[in-house]
Amino acid sequence: MKKRQMFLRMITASLMRRRSRMLVALLSIAIGATILSGLVTIYYDVPRQMGAQFRSYGANMIFVPADTAFTEQDVRQGAAVIQAADLVGIAPYRYENVRINGIPVVAAGTDMQGAQAASPYWHVDGAWPAKDGELMVGAKVAESFRLKVGGEIELSYTPETRTQEELKTVQDQTCTYQITGILDTGGSEEEYVYMSLPDLAKLTVDDGKVDVAELSVSGGAEQLEKYIEQINAAVPAVTARTVKRVTASETTVLTKLQALVLLVTIVVLALTMICVATTMTAVVAERRREIGLRKAIGASDKSIVGEFLGENLLLGLLGGIIGSLLGFIFAQQVSIHVFSSSISFRLWIVPVTILVSIAVTGLASLLPIRSATEVDPALVLKGE
Amino acid sequence: MSLLELKNVYKIYGELHALDNVNFTVEKGEWVSIMGPSGSGKSTMMNIIGCMDKPSKGEVLLDGVDIAKESAKNLTAIRRDKIGLIFQQFHLVNYLTAVENVMLAQYYHSMPDEKEALEALERVGLAGRAKHLPSQLSGGEQQRVCVARALINTPEIILADEPTGNLDEKNEEIVVDLFHKLHDEGTTLIVVTHDPEVAEVAQRRIVLRDGKITKSVVNENFTGKIRFS
Repeated sequence: MKKRQMFLRMITASLMRRRSRMLVALLSIAIGATILSGLVTIYYDVPRQMGAQFRSYGANMIFVPADTAFTEQDVRQGAAVIQAADLVGIAPYRYENVRINGIPVVAAGTDMQGAQAASPYWHVDGAWPAKDGELMVGAKVAESFRLKVGGEIELSYTPETRTQEELKTVQDQTCTYQITGILDTGGSEEEYVYMSLPDLAKLTVDDGKVDVAELSVSGGAEQLEKYIEQINAAVPAVTARTVKRVTASETTVLTKLQALVLLVTIVVLALTMICVATTMTAVVAERRREIGLRKAIGASDKSIVGEFLGENLLLGLLGGIIGSLLGFIFAQQVSIHVFSSSISFRLWIVPVTILVSIAVTGLASLLPIRSATEVDPALVLKGE
Repeated sequence: MSLLELKNVYKIYGELHALDNVNFTVEKGEWVSIMGPSGSGKSTMMNIIGCMDKPSKGEVLLDGVDIAKESAKNLTAIRRDKIGLIFQQFHLVNYLTAVENVMLAQYYHSMPDEKEALEALERVGLAGRAKHLPSQLSGGEQQRVCVARALINTPEIILADEPTGNLDEKNEEIVVDLFHKLHDEGTTLIVVTHDPEVAEVAQRRIVLRDGKITKSVVNENFTGKIRFS
């Protein structure tokens, strides 16, 4: 039998046949590894989870015209730069002054589905317009004109290009629409009338112009800046910008949350080390006679260190394996209960957890193992 | 040259002289017992001869080497290579089986060999208990495993500290019979005991009192094949 085989036989026998003792040590390592693995998983998943949460607060990127205006084609071209998975919603807007009963109101033409996705916090009393001839009105407009869901409304439009002469002779464009919903946002959106872009084009007899586009894009601030750089380079008619109010607060919250998770991870690692060191000190104290016996029959300090370190590293390995699996379950539960979505398994966290677990156990064992080498066989083996 | 020679050995703790000018020799193949009451210095002498302690003064020559001048590292090597230890409390590793406990001594000495370890257990009549843990063995059986572990590396000296102190009469007889066998095979035995019956079967009996050798008695009836009775 080779020495290495005997070494393995001894350390596995020590772990397997002294189960109750080693279980305490294994438990503390496994708990530490579980929290480490869970928190690291959460740490790396927080931007995705929080990004999804932040997206419910509306657009974080806008397209404005580089010159005077841009087209829907430019919006599509700009949006194509963004990866489909990152693009939560895109809403192009065209604003025109229209009149209701001769009183001017701003009409916004948009893609209703896109607006719904980009601004999920909008509350619509009734339904979003789904087909031509339907519109929704802002709460303030509805209040001013006493409009109700299901009612009809006539909008008139006077092109800005008309001369004074034409204004006297040519009649305004008018169209009648059915009101499907009343928009309640608590913001300036309540002062507008919303209809589809084709409906607005029909009313204004002018097609394809877009004043601004609002985009909701998932990903961190860095990713957003990259997209903006690429869009500005690829689509000259468009100037893309971040909505600073949203992205800055998103970055701040994410940074603080990640720092908190990191801090907790460090504290947990330190506590694990203290726990393992305490357990190992108790184990060494309990095994003083065995250590004395080993030294008496010829074990060098190096052998004693090797055997104890071997046992502890094996414990670290086992604790790391258990912890990395339990950690994923822990992170999954946190994600489901806090963010209401499942977490993706990151394979690389398994070896990292195992290695950190081994390293922490090794470090925590150094002092107790050192004290093991100081055991005096003559003292501990003294007859009774 | 004697295998072991103690010259003017003192062990002093403050005012206490645990060993006080001790001189004696042990020849190769000799069986010597050291006896005396509690506090006479037996354990101190056992620790010094067993290279687990150093004298305050004097020379302890083992195979011509003064172990009093050796470093702790060298003393470990001497223990490993030249001395087989037997303890009153057996001191077996409780999570290793009987054969693994014997192999432990091989592991630190040279190379573990399960076959040889099993043969050693067979010599002490424990071949059938090789896979048992110490907790599954009786006191006598544990002491026989301890003997097998002590002899596995064929040491120069087997040093036994109260080897029968925790045994009943039957097991005491078995262990002493084993010592006879080992002695017949040429092993040098030093047995520290306070039991006169165990001490008297040795070739020579040294009596310690207050750290001094008060008596050295040669067993005139020792034939080399003497039985314990």
